[in-house]
Amino acid sequence: MTDLLQVAVLTPGATTPGVFLGGRGWRRWVVLLATVLLVTVNVPAWAQDTAADETPAATGGAPAAAPADFATLVDSLVDAGYADKDHIAGEIVESGNPRARIVLQALLDGKLYADGNKQVYIVGDAPDDASELPVSDAVSGDAHAPVAADQLDRIGTNNGLRKGLKGLIAQLKLNDPDAGVRQRAVKEMLRDLDESTIAALRARRAHEDNARVLAKIDVGLALGDLESSDVATQLSAANSLYGELDDDVYNRLKPLADAGDGDPRVRAAASKAVKHIEFWREIYDGLQTLFFGLSLGSVLVLSAIGLAITFGVMGVINMAHGELMMLGAYTAYVMQLLMPNHLALSLLLSIPAAFVVSGLMGVAIERGVVRFLYGRPLETLLATFGLSLVLQQLVRSIFSPLNRSVATPEFMSGVWQLNDLFALTWNRLYIVVFALIVFAVLQLVLKRTSLGLKVRAVSMNRAMARAMGVRSQWVDAATFGLGSGIAGIAGVALSQLTNVGPNLGQSYIIDSFMVVVFGGVGNLWGTLISGMSLGVASKLLEPWAGAVMAKIFVLVFLILFIQRRPRGLFPQKGRAAEG
Amino acid sequence: MQRRNLIRTMAAAIAAPMLLASSLQAFAADDTIKVGVLHSLSGTMAISETTLKDTVLMMIDEQNKKGGVLGKKLEPVVVDPASNWPLFAEKATELLEKDKVAVVFGCWTSVSRKSVLPVFEKDNGLLFYPVQYEGEESSKNVFYTGAAPNQQAIPAVDYLMKDVGVKRWVLEGTDYVYPRTTNKILEAYLKAKGVAADDIMINYTPFGFSDWQSEVAKIKTFGSAGKKTAVVSTINGDANVPFYKELGNQKISAEDIPVVAFSVGEEELAGLDTKPLVGHLAAWNYFESVKSPANDAFIKQWHEFTKNPKRTTNDPMEATYIGFNLWVKAVEKAGTTDTTKVIATLPGLETPNLTGGVAKVLPNHHITKPVYIGEIRDDGQFDVVWQTKKEVPGDAWSDFLPGSKDLESDWVTLKCGNYNTKTKKCSGQNF
Repeated sequence: MTDLLQVAVLTPGATTPGVFLGGRGWRRWVVLLATVLLVTVNVPAWAQDTAADETPAATGGAPAAAPADFATLVDSLVDAGYADKDHIAGEIVESGNPRARIVLQALLDGKLYADGNKQVYIVGDAPDDASELPVSDAVSGDAHAPVAADQLDRIGTNNGLRKGLKGLIAQLKLNDPDAGVRQRAVKEMLRDLDESTIAALRARRAHEDNARVLAKIDVGLALGDLESSDVATQLSAANSLYGELDDDVYNRLKPLADAGDGDPRVRAAASKAVKHIEFWREIYDGLQTLFFGLSLGSVLVLSAIGLAITFGVMGVINMAHGELMMLGAYTAYVMQLLMPNHLALSLLLSIPAAFVVSGLMGVAIERGVVRFLYGRPLETLLATFGLSLVLQQLVRSIFSPLNRSVATPEFMSGVWQLNDLFALTWNRLYIVVFALIVFAVLQLVLKRTSLGLKVRAVSMNRAMARAMGVRSQWVDAATFGLGSGIAGIAGVALSQLTNVGPNLGQSYIIDSFMVVVFGGVGNLWGTLISGMSLGVASKLLEPWAGAVMAKIFVLVFLILFIQRRPRGLFPQKGRAAEG
Repeated sequence: MQRRNLIRTMAAAIAAPMLLASSLQAFAADDTIKVGVLHSLSGTMAISETTLKDTVLMMIDEQNKKGGVLGKKLEPVVVDPASNWPLFAEKATELLEKDKVAVVFGCWTSVSRKSVLPVFEKDNGLLFYPVQYEGEESSKNVFYTGAAPNQQAIPAVDYLMKDVGVKRWVLEGTDYVYPRTTNKILEAYLKAKGVAADDIMINYTPFGFSDWQSEVAKIKTFGSAGKKTAVVSTINGDANVPFYKELGNQKISAEDIPVVAFSVGEEELAGLDTKPLVGHLAAWNYFESVKSPANDAFIKQWHEFTKNPKRTTNDPMEATYIGFNLWVKAVEKAGTTDTTKVIATLPGLETPNLTGGVAKVLPNHHITKPVYIGEIRDDGQFDVVWQTKKEVPGDAWSDFLPGSKDLESDWVTLKCGNYNTKTKKCSGQNF
């Protein structure tokens, strides 16, 4: 075990990972390190033992050479270690060059590259497998002829460096003409306050004119004042922070509120603000759980609603339903391969495409297998289960057993930050809305179109419907196709949440049946309500019982419920119930 | 009459190839050495295990080009246990008793290994197991070329604690034996290092879990208490994809709450959009991105064998490579494929690993391995940010669990996989 303690820190230079720091040249680095420590802006502690690799070029643009100009600094990034890069970045900020922010942002985004001659470029957008990359000169910003991709080496970053860069860029953004950018910059700086950032905030405050940015700056300054030794300053800071909901505010006030030895007035003010935050935390936590539940519910509804049609309306137990969803997800994947540069558009187009692919497959299943088995549920179950295995293997043979990744378009990623405590993830929000739209459209189709009328007629009384001139065989195929197509659409939604792989369907088939049975067979509203309530129930249970137990509780509850009400929440009434 | 004829023809039709096959086998046994490959080629584990089957086949191919072993060609016998744990035992019996293979390379999940252990001990077989696992085991008939907890989990936690300054820990795992045992060891280790119980949160989720919203929100809340927080993830298989997606969606960046994973490697990342994951960590004993002549040659060979220049290599592949080379060395040194003699020869043998170091077989049937921590890059590869100065010897019984602290495994001098240093007794319970 003791060997574990004998660890070496690697040279973190991205161009030459895996080289040990040897003994040679360490003195040079001690000197350098000392200078670094003097001016350093939050170098993470662990990074301080790292050093650049030992090629002479590394010292060529040594950051120790005090008033280095912008170009030299940028060039020196090429061979520096992570800790030195952090330091160089700090100097780049101090150089005051107008391109400092662009270069640091490029470094943060991994767009800063160097060629064999240590010439530094900012690389523009290009497809992943492009052989030539569009570049511009990092120092001057001038456009440059494209450079072959294999000539360029990325200037690497690590977690510690990225964190430092974010803080530095926020300081630069503090003088941005756009108030929104300034506000976000201040927020970024609040996460890691120290004397230099507080000084920067104070400097900005003097000529800031936007009220919201000003308010944020005041929060930062008040947080700084909490550390003050003067009780009056502390007290007014604590009082002014009342009403703020930010985590950083909470974490700084909480120790003051709990401290036994502080000034009682400060303690009272702090604990008042802390209580206020705790109150709102409870409320927003509840809202968040509700949202999680609704979003899980909408996934359940999406995957179950196609089944509600085939199983509920037609009475066919279709075990291949999950695989129809999988086909939909793979359709989204293929659409993305076809149009790699239009992510959002490809996702939108894959909704109708998946409907058609899964729908046609559904019609084929109905015409080829299911129609011979009407009224024989066990055989239907076995045949469709076999089909599901065939479809899985088909996908394995075509797309390989490995999972495929469907990228999330820009507008669906990230969070909608409503306030400091409450945020909704965009992709979930879209899926909730999407599920509701699909439900509404399906209701319209069943209630307002001639197809819907015939579907309902056939499901209520087949013989009578046929006597009235409905071609029941055609209606069966269309209904099965509709249910399958909806499964395909659900697959597109799932591709945004989970693995696109041959096993995708299996993980949702049980849940889908659960929702349909709980809601009451043959009732779309029942499916909606049961899906949503099962979603909310499992999310309410999850924090309290854990994910594994929550699932078990829900299943046990369902078993008991079906014992009492075998026909589900909303049993069909009247004649349809007999069949 | 007709029916009887039919039956007879059918019997003949079935018997003929069987006879032919068995006579062929009898014939083949003379001038080839049979090598068993026991990896799932279908079912949920096929994703990972197929790669290892291909690795063994590639190594056999390579060895045969060099003239085989002891002047005999190697002949692979590939069976498919289909991710079905009891079937692993059946297929192992088939390999050992029917095909009489000299050695078996196989298993991925711990439960499949536990399922075949009694078979290997009964038939005195030889198994090389190439995957990182939870330890607490040392069988006479198994060589563990993957990492024990002290070669992966503990160093990773050490790195986070000392170099990143992590004070608060989330141990997030899939609900089965490997994460549960590993987390038990880690919890004991963290507490021994002075971490308060309040600063450790342990969560388990089912296999294939896909709705990570509340779990991730819980991690976010736990991590916003003002102390540096990290997630140690023993989440296995498919569930990783939605987990990392949700992390990205809820804007938990690696700078704020790094996630260090023990089951996510190059292969798993190949199915993921890695942009939101940049900076998250993984701890392994091998990364494809480690530069060494041996690794470059191995990657080139792999690309040529699979005819796919984009196929990634990963840690269990390296463990398979090491295991195979060790077995070849042992057979050549012993001059026979007899398992008892090969098992006795193996401890002490050394072979180069792919990262420029040496893998040495220890008396406890584990090997020495370097530990690497890598940060995920946006191209799905890892930047190594930390590594042990030299190889770490694998420890079969964890030093941090009350039950196994005093246990020692030594098949050379003590001839025991479970020797209690306090009571000076060998319990014989090796797993």
